[in-house]
Amino acid sequence: MSMVGVGILQGLMETARNFFGSYFDKERLTTIQFPEERAPQIEASRNFPFLVYDGDDWQQGLRCVSCFICEKECPPKCIIIEKSADKKPDAVGKPQFYPAEFKIDVSVCMSCQICVEVCPFDAIKMDTNFEQGATGRFDDLLWNRERLAKSNDYYHQIHPTEAAAVDADLAAARAKSAPKPVAVQATPTLDGRT
Amino acid sequence: MPWAQTLDQIFPLAKHWLMGFVPFQLRTFVSAVLSVAPVLLVFPLLFAVTTVLERKGLGRIQNRYGPNRVGPYGFMQPIADGLKSLTKEDLVPRDADQVVHLLAPIVLVLAAFLSYAVLPIGRNMVIVNLDAGLLYFFAVGSMVELAVFMAGWSSRSKYSLLGAMRAIAQMISYEIPLVLASVVVIMMSGSLSLVSIVDKQSGYTATLPHWFVFTPWGLMGFILFMIAATAESNRSPFDLPEGESEIIAGYYIEYSGFKFALFFLGEYLGMLATSGLAITLFLGGWAAPFSFLTWVPSYMWFFSKLLLFIAVFIWIRGTLPRLRMDQLMNLAWKFMLPMTLLNIVAAGVWNLMGEGWGRWLVCAVIVFGPFLVLSGSLKKRQRLQMRTYRYAE
Repeated sequence: MSMVGVGILQGLMETARNFFGSYFDKERLTTIQFPEERAPQIEASRNFPFLVYDGDDWQQGLRCVSCFICEKECPPKCIIIEKSADKKPDAVGKPQFYPAEFKIDVSVCMSCQICVEVCPFDAIKMDTNFEQGATGRFDDLLWNRERLAKSNDYYHQIHPTEAAAVDADLAAARAKSAPKPVAVQATPTLDGRT
Repeated sequence: MPWAQTLDQIFPLAKHWLMGFVPFQLRTFVSAVLSVAPVLLVFPLLFAVTTVLERKGLGRIQNRYGPNRVGPYGFMQPIADGLKSLTKEDLVPRDADQVVHLLAPIVLVLAAFLSYAVLPIGRNMVIVNLDAGLLYFFAVGSMVELAVFMAGWSSRSKYSLLGAMRAIAQMISYEIPLVLASVVVIMMSGSLSLVSIVDKQSGYTATLPHWFVFTPWGLMGFILFMIAATAESNRSPFDLPEGESEIIAGYYIEYSGFKFALFFLGEYLGMLATSGLAITLFLGGWAAPFSFLTWVPSYMWFFSKLLLFIAVFIWIRGTLPRLRMDQLMNLAWKFMLPMTLLNIVAAGVWNLMGEGWGRWLVCAVIVFGPFLVLSGSLKKRQRLQMRTYRYAE
C-alpha cells in the first residue's frame, strides 16, 4: 500500500491491543506494586554494610576486633571506630579488642563493599535491606553499633551460600587455634552452629 | 418532551432566573461573570481529569498501571500534583527578563481561556455569539505563539530559546493549514459565527445528521484540521518544541512550581479549545449524532465528543514517535498546504454542482486522488548506504 496512513493505523491497532489487553490479561502487567508486593530477593544484591555477631548476645558475639582496616580503606570515609580498653574473645576464641563505638554514616556510604572485602575477620558484610528512610538528618543517618549488629542467622538468611562458606572457614580457624583437641570440647563455641 | 427541553436549557434558564435578582445597573457585569465563571470552572476541571486519564491511558498502552495511589483508582492525583506545584519553589533565572518571564505563562493561559468565549458548548450556551467568531478564535489562538516565544526568550537559556524557535516555526507553519482547513466550513455555511455554523449542521436525513464531516471535503478538512490542531497544541507526534529527549522541556525549561503548572494548563486548555472548534466546525457542535437521541441535553453531547477527542489524542500520543524537524516541515508545506487548497476547490465544486451523486464522485476524486499522490511523495525515502568508518575498526 502506498497510502501514508496505513502504518499509522497499524500502530494505533497495536497500542489499542495493548490498552485493552492490559485490562483482561494480567500477564501483560509486569509492574510489581511495591509496598504490597515484592520482587523475590536476589542473593547477590547488596546495599549497606552490617556487623555480624554470633550467638544471641550482640555485644558478646560481635566478630569485629576493631582493627581499623575498614575505616582506613573506606573511600568516602564514612566509618568511625573507637577501640575498647578491655578484651573479649572473638569469633575464633582468642581474646581481642572490640569496637567500643562503630558508626557508619548512611548518607555517605556508597555501597562499594570495600569494607567487606578488606575485613580479615568476616565481621562486616553487606545487607540487602534497602528501606532506610529516616526523618532525622543527623542521628538517624549515623548508624551506631547496636543498629549495625545483625545475627549470623540473618546473614544465612540473606546470603546463604556466602554465609555457609564463611562458617566453614571460621570453623576451620577455630579448630586450628584450639590448643588441644580436649579444649575444643571444653570451650563452648559461640554460635550454636559450628 | 418538555422535561428534556428544560434539562437542555437548565443553565441558560438558571442564569435568567439569577439575573432577575440583580439590579439593573449591574446586569451587564453580572451577566458576564455568570457566563464566564462556569467556563473557568469546568475546563480546568476537565484539564485535571485529562491529566489522569492521559497518564492512565498511556500506562495501559505501555502495559503499566499508571497512577493508582492517590484516591480511588488514582483519580485524586491532580490534586496532589496541584498541591505539589503550589508548594514548590518558584525559581527565576538570575539573567532572565523578570517581567516577561512572569507574564509568559499568564499570557498563555489567558489566550487559551479567551478562545472559549465564542465556543458554543450547548444550545444557547455561548458566552458571546460574535459574527466573526471563527476569526476571533484564530486571532486569539495566535497569542499562544507570542506567549511561547516570550517564555523562550526571557529565560535566557539555550534550550528554551531553541524550543521557542522550534515552536514558532512549527506553529506558524501549521496555522496556515489549520485556517485553510476550516475555510471550507465557512464557504459551505456562509458564516463566520460558530453558532450559525452549528445551526447549519443541525438537520437530519432519516436518522443521520448533516454534519460536515460526512462529505468528502468535510472528511478531508476534518483530518487536515486535526493534524494541524495536534501540531498547534504541541502534542505528540509534533512535540518538537518540548522534546524531552532533545531539549529537555523546550521553552518552559526555566519554569518551576506553579508557573510550570500554568504552562501545562494553557497547553491542555488550548488543546481542548481546538478540539471544541473541530467539533463545532465538522462534527455538528452540540448536536446529537442520531435524530432519536436529541432528548439528551446538548452540552452532554458536546462534552462526550470532547472526551472522545481527548481519548484519541492520548491514543495518538501513545502510538506515534516524534517527527524530525524536516519531516515536520515537509508535512506542513508539501502535504498539508496543497491538500487544504485542493479541499477548498473541492468544496467550491460541491457547492456549484448541486444535489446528486455526481458531486460526491467528483469531490472524492479531487480530494482523495491527490491525497494518494502526495502521501506517496512523503513516503519516498533516500536510499541508505552501509555506514563506513574511516578511523574506527
